[in-house]
Amino acid sequence: MVQIDPGTLFFAAIFTNNILLTNFLGLCPFLAISREVKPALGLGAAVVFVMTCTAVLNYLVYYYVLLPLDLEHFRYILFIVIIAAFVQLVEMVVERFFPALYYVLGIFLPLITVNCAILGASLFLIIREYTFIQSMAYGAGSGVGWMVAIIAVGAIREKVQKSAKLPRGLEGPALTLIITGVLALAFTAFSGMIQIQ
Amino acid sequence: MPKRLTNTQIFVQGLWNDNPVLRQVLGICSTLAVTNLLVNTLVMNAGLIFTVTMSSLTVSLLRKYTPMRIRMMAQTLIIASYVIIVDISIAAHLPDISEALGPYVGLIITNCIVMGRCEAYARNNPPWPSFLDGLAMSLGYSCVLLVIALVREPLGFGTILGMKIMPEGFTPWTIMIMAPGAFFTLGLLVWFLRAYFPQVTEEKKER
Repeated sequence: MVQIDPGTLFFAAIFTNNILLTNFLGLCPFLAISREVKPALGLGAAVVFVMTCTAVLNYLVYYYVLLPLDLEHFRYILFIVIIAAFVQLVEMVVERFFPALYYVLGIFLPLITVNCAILGASLFLIIREYTFIQSMAYGAGSGVGWMVAIIAVGAIREKVQKSAKLPRGLEGPALTLIITGVLALAFTAFSGMIQIQ
Repeated sequence: MPKRLTNTQIFVQGLWNDNPVLRQVLGICSTLAVTNLLVNTLVMNAGLIFTVTMSSLTVSLLRKYTPMRIRMMAQTLIIASYVIIVDISIAAHLPDISEALGPYVGLIITNCIVMGRCEAYARNNPPWPSFLDGLAMSLGYSCVLLVIALVREPLGFGTILGMKIMPEGFTPWTIMIMAPGAFFTLGLLVWFLRAYFPQVTEEKKER
C-alpha cells in the first residue's frame, strides 16, 4: 500500500503523472475532438465524471467480488462492461438535459467507452494498490488532468489554425501530436514536485 | 470501401494505403507508451497482432449469428477474451516484460484498431479475408511502432535491443525515453508521410 495522501495524489495525477501526457492514454478521442475549445471542454467534463465514478466502481468490484472469487484475470471484461454501462447512462442524461452538447459531441460520447484513459486509470489503481479514497482521488485527478490537456491543446489548435500558414502535410494529426509533445515537455517541468510511482 | 479485394490488395491496403497509424491515426494510445524499448515494442506488437487477427476471425465467423444491436458488446467481449489470453501468456513466459508493460497489455482492449477492424471489415466479410485484413492492419501498425522504437531506443538509451550501438561519449537524449519524445517522433513521421505521399489521404475523413 502506498502512503500518499489523497489530496497529493489528486494533484500528482493532474500534473506530474498526467494520464494523457505521460501515459499516452486516451489519445484517439483526444486527436479527434481537440480542434476547438468548446467540444473539448464538454468531452473533458464527461471524462472527469465517468473516470471518477468508474474508478470507484471498479475498485469495489475488484476488491469485493473478483479477489474473493480468485477471478482477477476477468477484470478486463468486467471493467469494460462496467465502463460501457456507465457511459450509456451518461449518454442518456446528456441527450435528455443538454441536447446542444449532445449534438456537438455526437458520435464521440459512446467512444468514451473505448477511451483507454478510463480503463487505464482503473488498471493503474489496481496495479499500484491504491486504497479506496486514493482510488477516488486518482480517478478524479486523472480525469481533470486529461481535461486540462485536451483544453490546452484545443485552444492552441484553434489559434494555430486561424493564424498560421502550415506546411503541407502538417495540418491535422501531425500538428496535434507535435503540439502535444510540446505540452508534455512543459509538463515535465512539474516532475520532481511529487513522486508517485 | 471496394466490394471485394484480392488477398494481395488487402495486404497492401493494411500495410500502406490505409495504415492504421499513419493514415487513420487510430489506436496509438496504448502502444505508443511502450516504444521506448524495442523489446517491449516487439512483445506488445505480437500481442496486438494476435488479438486483432483472432478477434477479426471470430467476429467474422459469428457475423451471421450476432444480432445487430448488441454487436459492439459482443465484439468487446471477444476482444477482451483474447487480450486475457495474451496477458496471461506474457505474464507466464516473460515475467520481466510483463512487469514493464504494466497495464498496457490490458489496454489493447480499448485500442481503437481492434474494434475498428471488427466493425469496419470483419462483421460483413467472410472469415478468410477478415483474418488477412486483421493480420495486414496489425502488421502495418507494428511496422510503424517498430520505426518509432528504432528512433527512440538508440537516441534515448544509445542501444538497440540492449546492445550498445552509439559511439563512446554519446550523451543519451533523455527526452526520447520520456513522453514528449514519442509525441514528436510520431508527429514528425505522420507529417513526413503526409507531405510526401499525400494523394491517399485526400478523401480520407479525419477521425
